[in-house]
Amino acid sequence: MSEFLFLFRGSTRLTRSPEETQKSMQKWVAWFKELNEKHVVKDPGNPLDASGKVVRGRAKDVHDGPFAEAKDLVNGYVVIETATIDAAVALSKGCPILDDGGSVEVRPLLKL
Amino acid sequence: MDIDDHLFRREAGRLVSALTRIFGVHNLALAEDVVQDAFCRALEVWGMRGVPDNPSAWLMTTARNRALDVLRRQRTAKTFAPELGRLLDSEWTLAPLVDEILGADAIKDSMLRMMLSCCHPRLSEAAQVALMLNILCGFSIDEIAAAFTSTHAAVEKRIVRGKKVLAESKHLLDTSGDFSDRLPAVQRALYLLFNEGYHGASPKVSVRLELCNEAIHLIAVLLQHPRARTPATYALAALMALTAARLPARTDSSGNLIALLDQDRALWDRARLAEGMRLLELSACGSELTAYHIEAAMASVHAMARRAQDTDWSHIISLYDALMRINPSPIVALNRAIAVAQREGAERGLAELETIADRHRLAAYPFYPAALAELELRRGNPERARAHFQDALKRARNAMEQRFFEQRLAASALPGAQSSAVQFWESSFEPGRVDDSE
Repeated sequence: MSEFLFLFRGSTRLTRSPEETQKSMQKWVAWFKELNEKHVVKDPGNPLDASGKVVRGRAKDVHDGPFAEAKDLVNGYVVIETATIDAAVALSKGCPILDDGGSVEVRPLLKL
Repeated sequence: MDIDDHLFRREAGRLVSALTRIFGVHNLALAEDVVQDAFCRALEVWGMRGVPDNPSAWLMTTARNRALDVLRRQRTAKTFAPELGRLLDSEWTLAPLVDEILGADAIKDSMLRMMLSCCHPRLSEAAQVALMLNILCGFSIDEIAAAFTSTHAAVEKRIVRGKKVLAESKHLLDTSGDFSDRLPAVQRALYLLFNEGYHGASPKVSVRLELCNEAIHLIAVLLQHPRARTPATYALAALMALTAARLPARTDSSGNLIALLDQDRALWDRARLAEGMRLLELSACGSELTAYHIEAAMASVHAMARRAQDTDWSHIISLYDALMRINPSPIVALNRAIAVAQREGAERGLAELETIADRHRLAAYPFYPAALAELELRRGNPERARAHFQDALKRARNAMEQRFFEQRLAASALPGAQSSAVQFWESSFEPGRVDDSE
């Protein structure tokens, strides 16, 4: 088995009505439930706040976030365990962030 | 954990009302932002970690903490609710005050204040209803536009203007004082909201059902305050409960309308009927007889008839007579004529229909020719019936009405066609009026 990091990029902070926000939330809950039922979740990860700092270069300059445009912003991650990257990619296609114009980056974890 | 389908919408109304008391009504947008922020956080956290055991409490705590942040950071730059004044400036009183306003009873009171404030006399009824749906029920502009088959721009205009009027009024209407002069407007707005759900133009049954439920939800807020619990409020609540009880029987599986007298009464919601009868009893005090009382009484006469043919039409007619005295309109007269036809036969009913004063005002109203058609059919005149059904079809205002008249037209062409029960309601309400008032 191999492990893959799912990086969720895009904004969950769209202008939506309470009803739409709830529907979107419920899609996420359903997707995670599905992943859990397939026993592929190695580490449930965390959502990330949109704020933060970036420390850059030798000068160790500290910048306030956000560090990317909304569509590129990483707002969460999870570690998945599957046999192949294709299987992991197939799972990522259920992610609700795709419906909101976001993306899922699927990256193999290197095991030393 | 499963949550209520409309949890966020419900919480939006509660939290925005409460936070507006703290921030001041001129900062309504800020209250809405804080609540939106809490919902986004829920989306991010619950999505990955599952829904917490008490989702309402989670949302409330998140909104509370965010509100405290905002108050601390902006209290020098911004003026919040003036009546809370210095209490918000001191750390000794800030958090306890916020917690007090977010307490269960205080939230209900804030919702009532918001409801009264939304029904400002400078706003049209359509704007009042739109504003209540937006602020108290968490409906977006698009959702309101869809429910009222209106445009985004028209609804937006109403809401923007409504919020401007709210902001100018400086603070929400105080419920500790006398607010009896504002109560009729609130009742009227809730009546219109309910009727739009029940008779409205949206082709989606589910959308209209939600409007009915929102009206029932809001009137429950009204019923909680001793001075808002007037006989008229009880009567309106009874009317809503007794009418909503029929919702499960009102459309068939494809969403087609089923006339009251053709409905399968076994499908009526017994619990709601019982609740309606209880409310109707509570409304019977005081000296004021409102149209809500009469319409609720009519709904109760239908509710008490086990079968359509058991309906006490004499009682219904006398109630229409009373309604004509309080609230005369050709729609009321039309429905009264149908009741007369039920009691005394098609000939008498037609005679009544043809002598309605102001019947030219019914020119665009499809249920007038539809009533003529059914009664013509009943007295064995299918040719004339078909002509009237064609008239009705031309005036149909939505897909559901159109299908209804098409079916009746087709049925009336069959040999030996039977007249169906005439579609009518025990109301002086003209569907679509909410949106026409501007």
